[in-house]
Amino acid sequence: MAELNINERQAGDVTVLDMSGKITIGEGSVALRTAVRRLLEEGKKRILLNLAGVSYIDSSGIGELVSSYTAINKDGGQLKLLNLTQKLQDLLTITKLLTVFDVYENEPEALNSYK
Amino acid sequence: MTAETTELSLPSRIDTVATAAALVAEFLSRSGITEDAAFGIDMAVREAVTNAVVHGNRKDENKTVDVTLKSSPDAVEISVHDQGAGFNPEDVPDPTAEENILKASGRGIFFMRSFMDEVNWLIRPGGGTTVRMLKRR
Repeated sequence: MAELNINERQAGDVTVLDMSGKITIGEGSVALRTAVRRLLEEGKKRILLNLAGVSYIDSSGIGELVSSYTAINKDGGQLKLLNLTQKLQDLLTITKLLTVFDVYENEPEALNSYK
Repeated sequence: MTAETTELSLPSRIDTVATAAALVAEFLSRSGITEDAAFGIDMAVREAVTNAVVHGNRKDENKTVDVTLKSSPDAVEISVHDQGAGFNPEDVPDPTAEENILKASGRGIFFMRSFMDEVNWLIRPGGGTTVRMLKRR
């Protein structure tokens, strides 16, 4: 089983990536990077990462979230986060990244925020 | 609670990070540490081993990462040793400073310091780096 599973679905003009597993150095971080870069190449710039199933993230994974955020912004798009676990929320708080990311706890609200 | 010491010698590969974390988790379950403390220790160990593999040994598989785990009634102490050139931890920028927040890397040491009660480095020029991390019970 892959370290990180990513399922892609479309909700209007927002692409939702439902993620489960670990975003850690190596396979998990690379999987996230590859998925986001591919979406940008396809012109899909409104991206919502559903992190409900992400059980673990390390500094490399957090770095990858930041890289994704800056790459998408640079391309004129928007990256938002949905359903953070308490642990991930704690990590984003201590790194002061919670003030950078647009974070939502329910999907309809997150999807509406792109309009 | 009895004292226990475990020593591991692991290859300088990325998958060593997960291997070390799994071995540390077994050690922590034997040492009766709380779940919250175990989460932080796991995080710190992964970051320390990542640094040893990537920055210390530069993924040279001829070099090992040596991990020592010590459990006592007062604390858990974890040391991670690499065979790299060493660095000055004071030179590592603060990842929470405004100009660094959007950087893609540089948070590993910050997490180690955040989750452990003591973190210090012993650097021997040409002789590798040991990071020693302590978590009190």
